[in-house]
Amino acid sequence: MSSSFGIVGYGAYVPRLRLARAAVVAANRWYAPGLAGKAQGTRSMANWDEDPITMAVAAARDALGPTADRSAIRTLMLASTTLPFAVRLNAGVVAAALTLEESIEAIDIAGSQRAALSAVMDGLARVKSGVGEVLVLAADARKTRAASTQELDYGDGAAALRLGSQGVIAEIVGHGAVSVDFVDHFRQSGEDIDYAWEERWVRDEGVARLVPQAIGAALAQAGVAAAQIDHFIFPTSFAKMESQLAKACGIRESAVVDGLVDRIGETGVPHALLLLLAEVLARAEPGQHVLVSQFGSGAQALLLRVTDKVRDFRPQRGVAGWLARGVEERSYTKFLSFKRQLRLERGMRSEQDRKTALSTAWRHHRALLGLVAGRCRETGSVVFPPSRLSIDPGAPRLDTQEPHPLADRAARVLSWSAEYLSFNMSPPHHYGQIDFEGGGRILMDFTDLDVGEVDSGTAMEMVFRIKDFDELRSFTRYFWKATPARGEAAPQPQE
Amino acid sequence: MASGIKDKVAILGMGCSRFGERWDASPEDLMVEAYTEALADAGIEPAQIGAAWFSTHMDDVGTGRGGTPLAIALRLPDIGVTRVENFCAGGSEAIRAAVYAVAAGACDIALAVGVEKLKDTGYGGLPVASPGTLLPQWYPNAVAPANFAQLASAYRRKHGIDAGLLKRAMAHVSVKSHANGAKNPKAHLQKPITEAQVLKAPIVAEPLGLFDCCGVSDGAAAVIVTTPDIARALGKRDLVTFKALQVVTSNGWEFQGSSWDGSYVHTTRIAARRAYAEAGVERPREQIHLTEVHDCFSITELVTMEDLGLSDDGGAVRDVLDGAFDAEGRNPCQIDGGLKCFGHPIGASGIRMLYELYLQLQGRAGARQLGEPTLGLIHNLGGQPSQNVCALAIVGHQGA
Repeated sequence: MSSSFGIVGYGAYVPRLRLARAAVVAANRWYAPGLAGKAQGTRSMANWDEDPITMAVAAARDALGPTADRSAIRTLMLASTTLPFAVRLNAGVVAAALTLEESIEAIDIAGSQRAALSAVMDGLARVKSGVGEVLVLAADARKTRAASTQELDYGDGAAALRLGSQGVIAEIVGHGAVSVDFVDHFRQSGEDIDYAWEERWVRDEGVARLVPQAIGAALAQAGVAAAQIDHFIFPTSFAKMESQLAKACGIRESAVVDGLVDRIGETGVPHALLLLLAEVLARAEPGQHVLVSQFGSGAQALLLRVTDKVRDFRPQRGVAGWLARGVEERSYTKFLSFKRQLRLERGMRSEQDRKTALSTAWRHHRALLGLVAGRCRETGSVVFPPSRLSIDPGAPRLDTQEPHPLADRAARVLSWSAEYLSFNMSPPHHYGQIDFEGGGRILMDFTDLDVGEVDSGTAMEMVFRIKDFDELRSFTRYFWKATPARGEAAPQPQE
Repeated sequence: MASGIKDKVAILGMGCSRFGERWDASPEDLMVEAYTEALADAGIEPAQIGAAWFSTHMDDVGTGRGGTPLAIALRLPDIGVTRVENFCAGGSEAIRAAVYAVAAGACDIALAVGVEKLKDTGYGGLPVASPGTLLPQWYPNAVAPANFAQLASAYRRKHGIDAGLLKRAMAHVSVKSHANGAKNPKAHLQKPITEAQVLKAPIVAEPLGLFDCCGVSDGAAAVIVTTPDIARALGKRDLVTFKALQVVTSNGWEFQGSSWDGSYVHTTRIAARRAYAEAGVERPREQIHLTEVHDCFSITELVTMEDLGLSDDGGAVRDVLDGAFDAEGRNPCQIDGGLKCFGHPIGASGIRMLYELYLQLQGRAGARQLGEPTLGLIHNLGGQPSQNVCALAIVGHQGA
């Protein structure tokens, strides 16, 4: 393998809410007392307005930073087994939110738990072919049965890897794959929840036999011995499975990377190959070898060698930053409601039709998905949504507005309220007027906050979220919301 | 140079239905209730009406679109009826159209009727309106209390006012209006309340509690206007005439620009300046004897006192707590209970405000009569602080 291709940037996203497993176990004790042994720690839990698309956008922004020029990215790959749309390019929504060039290739990848690793290998081939950089995103927000072990084991999250040839921080030096129809769990199209076979069989016949084959192939390709592995990543919700694998493959026990299962759960496609990878890259030393493996319809392994440029890159927040932002959630009914598994009384106000006019959506797609305002080239006045006439008092200019992205600009609350009247999945419904540095004002929803956390003047940042569900037609619409720019590593303003 | 409306048009008669949760009445019944009172007050026959304007806001509740709902409900005599709609300021638009028609000589006598039937939705608060196609794709699914509540956060910040003190002043606004409404047999809410009740009421939209919000009411109001000469020819004395009619509509400067600080209503300030000029009012605190302002929420009334120049900027909290706008204060406000207690059937509210000034100026306001006022002001606001339609009217005795 060439040494000049690999990872040039990375990012992650973990939702702010962390569901206390003890609360779930307590709520289900009458029905499933056998879950008592899992009552430790927390799992990450998407807010009601988060899904794999929004989380992928968040992870990508963590990797890309607040740069306006993202033209180096030529391919976007989105890996997930829980993509919101079966038809409508999910990666296309993400690309629009990131204001990537419209001439890029955008691809959804699904079907197995190792979809993200498959995307990395595919992306690497694209980089090598000279088409430009590839942004690989992975995200999952899986639905599980109430009172199941998966409900406690799983978590929600996303990760991003930027692949390229300039400023490589980790070269991909080996790769192994095993593609077989070993069905440890499945979900037929149209179904919500996975169906899983007996754990002991999956562990002994599946993971223990297939993953070492992929690992062996990756090591052999690179000519690296198992004992040279400094960080071994195998995400699993099976207890001690990663250590067992390491031992079987001859990898040092000290190389085994903690799966963060106690804090955020096992997040699915992103967890295995990207979330953990992102964390490891934040502390790996130049020259170290990282082995990343994943199980699902076979197995896959990637071997990376960390370069001396690894310290040159920092994500906006990274896994550590997102971990620090967590707030414990103890309401099991909130979790079920957010997963749309428990329908709470919504009141008649919720009966409003939330149909999305698709022709209108397209006419304004840059503003709606990219949060792009219009800036008058003569006066500098900024207006959202863009309009033909500028808002300059007394002398509006005609057709002078140029695209002016707002998503990464510093912003503050001008005024706000939180109300209990309209239907909202997470009352009270918070919104207010946001002023952007450099101009522009939007009355917008707030998310991920508690009453009393913001006031006029509070610094906010933008997050891409679900705006509404049209339950009548099964359509999710997205827009941007404001959330408090909490102390650590707040994004820096542009310019 | 426009000569303005001052003393060109007089009120010939007015009527107003009882406001409230009128489970007994359809919108047609409410229109008939207001119209028959106005017709009797004017002392004319329907055939003398030359044109009519009709204000109703909510398409979604069933009063109907166009001019036909009014023409049919009142069996009007083959005249032109035009529906006007300008959010909560629609009633003032109907008045304006009728007054301008008379002033222009297009007809001798004109009718304006406003109606809203809000209580057929099955839930509290205003009906959920259809938002169109673009707005719901980015704009919050916002409700009126939270739109107006935002004034409070920006006002506190601008003037450095303690949240508890502002909350108390807002409570005083509502306590005052309830005290006034208790004397109004047509009002929706006729019970006095205490400051303690207001302060402990459940929050609707931070920091507004239940008693900071006006009633959601059914009702209708009607006014018949003509020229002062015709009014006198019809035997009317002590004429109440229009001194000023101003409407200012936001153009996005507040909502989309970066200059407005969110703590006041921009359109009100412009409309007030123009209305005072049109009416020849130079010292509003001395010359305006009473006001009916758009107190949809307590905070709106409070900042409106500043926007109208009846309080200094940042001074309304003190003036309100000092009772400047109480019935016995310097500039009594909402002597009929206001939107807060008389109620807020949207399309009718601007005309309801005029109804109270008309009664007060003619000394016909019964238990709530305020001496002998000669000049009163109407402030009717549609929309929300950040983008709205502000209608101001000044009325008074002819020659005042």
